[in-house]
Amino acid sequence: MSATTKLLNPALRAAANLRSSALPKDVSKTAAAYLSAAPSGGAHTLPDLPYDYNALEPVISAETMTLHHTKHHNTYVTNLNVALEKLDAAVSAGDVSGIIGLEGALKFNGGGHLNHSLFWENLASKGSSEIKDGALKAAITESFGGFEDMKKEMSATTIAVQGSGWGWLGYNPKTGRLEIATRANQDPLQATTGLVPLLGIDVWEHAYYVDYRNVRPDYVNAVWDVVNWDVVEQRLAAAK
Amino acid sequence: MHSTMARHQCSYHLLPTVACLIGVFVTALADIHVPHEPLPYATTALEPHINHPTLEVHHGKHYKKYVDTTNSILGDGSVGIGTKKKKSLEDIIRESARQQQKSSSSTALFNNAAQAWNHAFYFKCMRPPGSSDAVTATTVGAAIKRSFGTYQSFRDSFVKAANTAFGSGWAWLVYDTATDALLVTKTIGADNPLTTAGHVPLLTIDVWEHAYYLDYQNMRATYVDAFVDKLINWEFVEQNFVTAVGGEGGGGSKKLADEEL
Repeated sequence: MSATTKLLNPALRAAANLRSSALPKDVSKTAAAYLSAAPSGGAHTLPDLPYDYNALEPVISAETMTLHHTKHHNTYVTNLNVALEKLDAAVSAGDVSGIIGLEGALKFNGGGHLNHSLFWENLASKGSSEIKDGALKAAITESFGGFEDMKKEMSATTIAVQGSGWGWLGYNPKTGRLEIATRANQDPLQATTGLVPLLGIDVWEHAYYVDYRNVRPDYVNAVWDVVNWDVVEQRLAAAK
Repeated sequence: MHSTMARHQCSYHLLPTVACLIGVFVTALADIHVPHEPLPYATTALEPHINHPTLEVHHGKHYKKYVDTTNSILGDGSVGIGTKKKKSLEDIIRESARQQQKSSSSTALFNNAAQAWNHAFYFKCMRPPGSSDAVTATTVGAAIKRSFGTYQSFRDSFVKAANTAFGSGWAWLVYDTATDALLVTKTIGADNPLTTAGHVPLLTIDVWEHAYYLDYQNMRATYVDAFVDKLINWEFVEQNFVTAVGGEGGGGSKKLADEEL
């Protein structure tokens, strides 16, 4: 953070928090937007997929990928931006109750945006990625006994999620070990458990319904064929 | 039927008789059976609002799986939910909800039994579009006016609940025995009003994605509008309300028949 920013931000924050008419509305709004942590002037954007919509076939169809990315993920991004704007307004008005009231919308839409962004990156076309001997494989063996053991446990745990949610392979920075965890709805892994997300599997019905209908186990078992192990390895390295 | 035939054969010698009677008892336990209630209409009957492929999978796969899993858990004896007494599905739901803290098999039983109940109720909450019934002409219609002011106000409330259930869940119209008023509520996952004292379910909409994904993809709001404006079986809602205010607890409450035990 530059010296200017270091001086400017607290001043702006103080000014923005003034409820009184001492601060003109448009200046207050600009200040709030400036202080907002969001990039590009306060708006999050839908990230592009790292591959074509049909790249994950036959495991996940182009139809699912298109719906999932352009509709579901996009809606989370849109609604996150709306929630952040409301947050800016509440913060600049010093409206604590309003700030707290946005908790649900932020967690749901923010979590949705985070989770899906991670998800697209940890997938790759079938046959294009394999787990290599290295830090990731060693960590998996240490934490689960073996690669197949980890897959078996993660599959079972993820399939068993009640209703909507996610299965995760995560890194525990306190113990240095890998753990399997599930989250309900769009609850983001790191913010709610401290685990660093390495690999996520979306088991909201929208993730698999077009291709697998109600047979979630078939989807989860098949998704292993399209995991991007390089990305998972990179995430572990970055987490340590 | 099973048990009467078995008893008939148990007459003659003491030891085999005792063994036989034990066998009868065990058979009786294994026969606890939550039925897979048939769809009250053809799978094409709700078109174009909910289409045949959806109803086929929703009723024939999702609902059926909940029923099968419930029966399997009840039959394997892993959850000691008083199988000797005649228990209704509602009783099983309430007991397993209470026991959830103590064991994970109670949680599994609750999740499946409640979803079996929820789906049976949901399918009955709908009827083919164009059937003639008007909510205004009913006593529940009058109760809606009393509790919400106008039908539109109830509609807004119900639609909002259905659209804001994050993830998988249900929206409900319930009768609250404590206040003698109607309420709109929403639940997550398998949860339903049976586990809230004094709440009697009158109407529900399933907003798990499987309920609408094939027909509406991510457009839950469009599905909710179609359900509310075209598909509600107000006769069923009326029955539930009349039974509720009569003090019986409404909502298709059904004790498992003698034969099923």
